[in-house]
Amino acid sequence: MAEVLVVVEAAASGVKKVTLELLTLAREIGTPAAVVLGGPGAAEALTARLAEYGAEKIYAAESEEIDGYLVAPKATVVAELVKRVSPAAVLLASTQEGKEIAARLAIKLDNGVLTDAVGLDADGTATQVAFAGATIVKSKVTRGLPIVALRPNSLTPVPAPASPSVESLTVTATESDKLAKVVERVAEQKGARPELSEASVVVSGGRGVASADNFKLVEELADLLGGAVGASRAAVDSGFYPHQFQVGQTGKTVSPQLYIALGISGAIQHRAGMQTSKTIVAVNKDTEAPIFELADYGVVGDLNKVVPQAADEIRKRR
Amino acid sequence: MNIVVLVKQVPDSGAERSLRADDNTVDRGAASNVINEMDEYAIEEALKITEAHGGEVTVLTMGPAGASDSIRKALSMGPAKAVHIVDDALRGSCAVSTSKVIAAALGGLNADIILCGSESTDGRVQVLPHMLAERLGVAALTGARKLTVDGSTLTIERQTDEGYEVVTASTPAVVSVWDTINEPRYPSFKGIMAAKKKPVDTKSLADLGVDASEVGFAGATSTVLDHAQRPPRSAGQKVVDEGDGGVKLVEYLATEKFV
Repeated sequence: MAEVLVVVEAAASGVKKVTLELLTLAREIGTPAAVVLGGPGAAEALTARLAEYGAEKIYAAESEEIDGYLVAPKATVVAELVKRVSPAAVLLASTQEGKEIAARLAIKLDNGVLTDAVGLDADGTATQVAFAGATIVKSKVTRGLPIVALRPNSLTPVPAPASPSVESLTVTATESDKLAKVVERVAEQKGARPELSEASVVVSGGRGVASADNFKLVEELADLLGGAVGASRAAVDSGFYPHQFQVGQTGKTVSPQLYIALGISGAIQHRAGMQTSKTIVAVNKDTEAPIFELADYGVVGDLNKVVPQAADEIRKRR
Repeated sequence: MNIVVLVKQVPDSGAERSLRADDNTVDRGAASNVINEMDEYAIEEALKITEAHGGEVTVLTMGPAGASDSIRKALSMGPAKAVHIVDDALRGSCAVSTSKVIAAALGGLNADIILCGSESTDGRVQVLPHMLAERLGVAALTGARKLTVDGSTLTIERQTDEGYEVVTASTPAVVSVWDTINEPRYPSFKGIMAAKKKPVDTKSLADLGVDASEVGFAGATSTVLDHAQRPPRSAGQKVVDEGDGGVKLVEYLATEKFV
């Protein structure tokens, strides 16, 4: 069986969940081969996890040049690898960086590319969700091999232990790969919470939360449920919470097992980012709020009373 | 600074949107079509840069004849002129061929900075800036929440999941922006009147030296096989808080095994 290249995404905490989803999906199409792109020594810390989820091979491209420049050297490495091993497909995470690598790969190989997939059949047919989750699209790459970027939380990662061999790749970044230089990486505090787009529980606050300080209610409930914190655009625009946590048309798209909307009316722009969540729960004082039209469970009430009581109840049940 | 802003006309994300039943393309006929919201931030950033450093802003749009409404709207914010790539053969173009056409048009515009929104609200694909940079052999500074211009050096803060990255490049460069970068101005009445007289240069594929077989449905590198409306979510249970709303909520979460 031909290899399926999985471009690995990792954070300080290790391999991102979406990469484990990609490895699970890759097994259906061919032999999963993980491609680690990072600084010197990047692959070692990730190998055990990649093996646990079925990587039969690990390609390690480790170089200062990978870390020192934006995206372009990574695409060059993957393009060279594709030319050499003729994989059945290249799978990436449908994140900012995953899509950017896919974009450059498509041009380098004169190949089609599909992003925001939520599923991929063995014959290369991808399922995508478009227009705020209202439309389901089936598409296929018609030139070259399938280069497909998968949205986080599209499937449940399943372990399938393998014993991968690790092959080191030589990184040869071209001059045009070195035009955008990364000068500094700054981590912004988000505590121990899971990454928003990968979390299985997301608790979001909207305008109804009423202040930045009051977002501690949202954070408290999220922490009790082991979830991530999100915010509506109205809350972000009002300065209650930072933009990188915005859920919606101009923010993140999330698809957790449980989405709790606190003080969010549910404008179409917000629904665009969360309506493919499995279970939706809403608390809003306005009984007419559109969020209740899609909530599996809704509480009409003041979140300042309902949320602390819910938090106490969760603690009591432990 | 010579700045070209890429502006896309999209169906309004605040209203119902759909794909056409016959050819699976975005249904523009039924939609209210507007400037892609993220592109307004790119226009604003371009205007701010030229106000501080001098230079000229050009709007570049690829789209059907009806996209001229969005071009006039963009010009009413302040750019000097526009280029509109319009050709019937472009219908059905994929991202790969779209980038080929836009790269060809940029070839004649001598831009120091090519500014655009990080994504469009219809496709949300986010691939175009890097496709253009790859084709043109210029730098791509993408996902900017802040852009600083110092001579020919551009520096951005690139928003990431973990925080941000400081990334720098020399012009020429493609820069894509998020809506955190600024607050776009509203067109003034004077701006709206002036926009009517600003030059809009219309380019066909032949003008750009791109063969029709390389674009549209004929040249597409991917295809939509089928589409369907997702069944709408239905409302579930709704309770009014009578002093026990929090407890009831947790009872529900418990039955669903979340607590």
